[in-house]
Amino acid sequence: MSGRVLVGVKRVIDYAVKIRVKPDNTGVVTDGVKHSMNPFCEIAVEEAVKLKEKKLIKEVVAVSCGPQQSQETIRTALAMGADRGIHVDVSGKDYENLGPLQVSKILAALAKQEDAQLILLGKQAIDDDCNQTGQMTAALLDWPQGTFASEVSLEGDKINLVREIDGGLEHIKINTPAVITADLRLNTPRYATLPNIMKAKKKKIATVKPADLGVDVTSRLEVLKVEEPPQRQAGMKVETVEDLVVKLKEAGRV
Amino acid sequence: MMNMNRLIVSRTFRIGQRLLGCHTRRAGQEELRLQQRRSIKTHCRHLAYSKKAFFVLQAEVFPYPEIGNDEVEEIKQLVAPVEKFFSDDVDSAKIDREATIPLETLQGLKDLGLFGIMIPEEYGGLGLSHTIYARLNEIIALDGSIAVTLAAHQAIGLKGILIAGNEAQKKKYLPKLSSGEHIAAFCLTEPGSGSDAASIQTRATLSEDGKHYLINGSKIWISNGGMADIMTVFARTEVEVDGVKKDKISAFIVERAFGGIASGKPEDKLGIRGSNTCELSFDNVPVPVENVIGEIGGGFKIAMNILNSGRFSMGSSCAGMIKKLIELTSEYAATRKQFNKSLSEFGMIQEKFAMMALNAFVMESMAYLTAGMMDRPGVPDCSLEAAMVKVFSSEGGWICVSEALQVLGGLGYTKNYPFERFVRDCRILPIFEVLIHKCLNSEGSLEPIPAVPAEAGYTLDRTGKDGVVHPSLEDSAKKLEQNISLFGSTVESLLYRYGKTIVDEQLVLKRVADVLIHMYAMTAVLSRASRSISIGLRNHDHEVLLANTFCNDAFFKNNYWMVQLQKHSPENNDANIKKIAKQVLENRAYICSHPLERTY
Repeated sequence: MSGRVLVGVKRVIDYAVKIRVKPDNTGVVTDGVKHSMNPFCEIAVEEAVKLKEKKLIKEVVAVSCGPQQSQETIRTALAMGADRGIHVDVSGKDYENLGPLQVSKILAALAKQEDAQLILLGKQAIDDDCNQTGQMTAALLDWPQGTFASEVSLEGDKINLVREIDGGLEHIKINTPAVITADLRLNTPRYATLPNIMKAKKKKIATVKPADLGVDVTSRLEVLKVEEPPQRQAGMKVETVEDLVVKLKEAGRV
Repeated sequence: MMNMNRLIVSRTFRIGQRLLGCHTRRAGQEELRLQQRRSIKTHCRHLAYSKKAFFVLQAEVFPYPEIGNDEVEEIKQLVAPVEKFFSDDVDSAKIDREATIPLETLQGLKDLGLFGIMIPEEYGGLGLSHTIYARLNEIIALDGSIAVTLAAHQAIGLKGILIAGNEAQKKKYLPKLSSGEHIAAFCLTEPGSGSDAASIQTRATLSEDGKHYLINGSKIWISNGGMADIMTVFARTEVEVDGVKKDKISAFIVERAFGGIASGKPEDKLGIRGSNTCELSFDNVPVPVENVIGEIGGGFKIAMNILNSGRFSMGSSCAGMIKKLIELTSEYAATRKQFNKSLSEFGMIQEKFAMMALNAFVMESMAYLTAGMMDRPGVPDCSLEAAMVKVFSSEGGWICVSEALQVLGGLGYTKNYPFERFVRDCRILPIFEVLIHKCLNSEGSLEPIPAVPAEAGYTLDRTGKDGVVHPSLEDSAKKLEQNISLFGSTVESLLYRYGKTIVDEQLVLKRVADVLIHMYAMTAVLSRASRSISIGLRNHDHEVLLANTFCNDAFFKNNYWMVQLQKHSPENNDANIKKIAKQVLENRAYICSHPLERTY
């Protein structure tokens, strides 16, 4: 199977940063905070580039939805080996309200437009932890989906997948075209080496607007409040099991 | 011979041109016009060298160097993988403990492209600017051994080929050096020639068929000596000058593959233990004549140029390291409690943090100012400025790591924490490449010094001119002006007093150099802070605070040093110091009678 692979990459707050809630409780502080590519997206990009290196696919196209800065994320994907990028320009209020439903509509439209054989995504983003985009995209396109993939191999025009599920590992075989979402153990992403970053400067990034794809990005969700998780209270030590039961009853837990 | 035919004096007068005057504010608007001041031509009779004016960029110090948006983006992209590599894949403790850099780590560095940062793309390198090189060094400096290995390879090891090599040499050697397939080393120092580089004894004699030079001699303290494939070797060669045979130093590209080269065992060092340092001996090593860098006899100048060009990044390396130390130590200071208060509430601890922040600020400012100047097309060489950055950073860095360790007390002293390693790694900074400190001190030496011009009443005229410094920094700017003017007259009187023998007066020159360095530092911070305010960088108020604090401190220090330089200054203890030293050194021991001895 040869063809085009679309890889979705999301720009999120870097995993090492200490998140702080905005004083007005409408969201988290993003100004001046370090951002980078979502770790699961990195794994997706790595998988796509590996497939290309094995000559199983022809072209890797990195896609990101967001403001101008999303182009940095696409550039990182290009430095890792993607061939070109598509930046779907969404900014301001639209960006703040952008969620899996809108993104999956965009990806579905792009997949049709670019005649993609495969869509590779990270299983979830570390900022909202939705874990929905891959599934929704597959549904919109009516394509098979292989989510939480920890192993992917292409066999003719079918894909063998190993999924990490609660009970263990599930082996499935799906048809192409398909949507795959990457889990942690799928691979170890390569570093974008400096020479590759320099080469990536020459690769193209096209910009489109959601409207061009016929997608309406208005959100059906409204964020009411964002607050910090409750402070973890100190625990209590008890001497005997009876004491424990008494304490639990007091706390109304039993 | 040494090219230090620059005189500070004339230069300092030119500094006057840059004077940071008062900005005449437009009605209510903070709009700062950061344009160049019109240079005030000072009539200076020291034209012995008419080369670049001191502070090189007569015009380039203000405004602070600006890089394009594209470059800013590029830097962000380049920095990310390097930071990740150093935080995830570099085990500094292990490198220090085992006194070697693991092959996987070395390969990782090569893959990242860090072996050819400034080599042009056509030869396989990244072709990046001095500014980006300095920025990357902020991260690389987090591991001292790696930093020295990379610097020995590209900042000096292969620099000769880069700046003075011919096309054939570049094409032949640079590609493999860029990828790291070959590693380079810089071979100048010998057992008998350290600071006095011109006295090296290694000899290169032309073979009978005129096709090879045979190199004989030995070198010590060669970084990367044990693993280098390509070495830049300096040796004496016989040349004919006006019919007279003389010995002059030449530079050669020597491949280990030529044969006859033996490396000694790696030195067991206090710090930068992962960096390979060893002796090299050359026994009739045949070097083809095509491998001479530049011209026969031109080696010393090439050596100086090589060393000068690599120096500037020490500022950003030290700044990067200090910034990291601040993070590590402040966590401790905020949580550790004694006497029912957290450490951060104690004055002396606060002083240490302020000092680290100030030092990092100054080093950054100086480093990027210098790098920015070096990146500008057609700007004359900035070796003096780079040297000043090096001296300030190496000394400041050493003090800061020591203070950082102090904050952690006993914990800092153990190997469980990285502070002791930083202290050990930093101790090398004031030691290597020190040739420059001496050079800095002996500026003005070789040219016959013409009579000092009667510019004693030199005035720094800048009232009413467009200022280049923001009003909130005005006071500091005035202090700098005062320093400069006093400096001018101080140096004048020194030259009157000593004439040419001033080259031998190290204690005098040391103070002159220190004042100079501090003035350059003040200029750098004022330039940077002005830019930060005018473009509204985040936390620019803090920058103003840092700039003003530093300038205030430096102002008084400068004044004190200059007072000590005046004739018969009671603040100057030099004569006594020399006497003490003489008596101690004559006896090679401390000579006082023991306080418990009796004579009755």
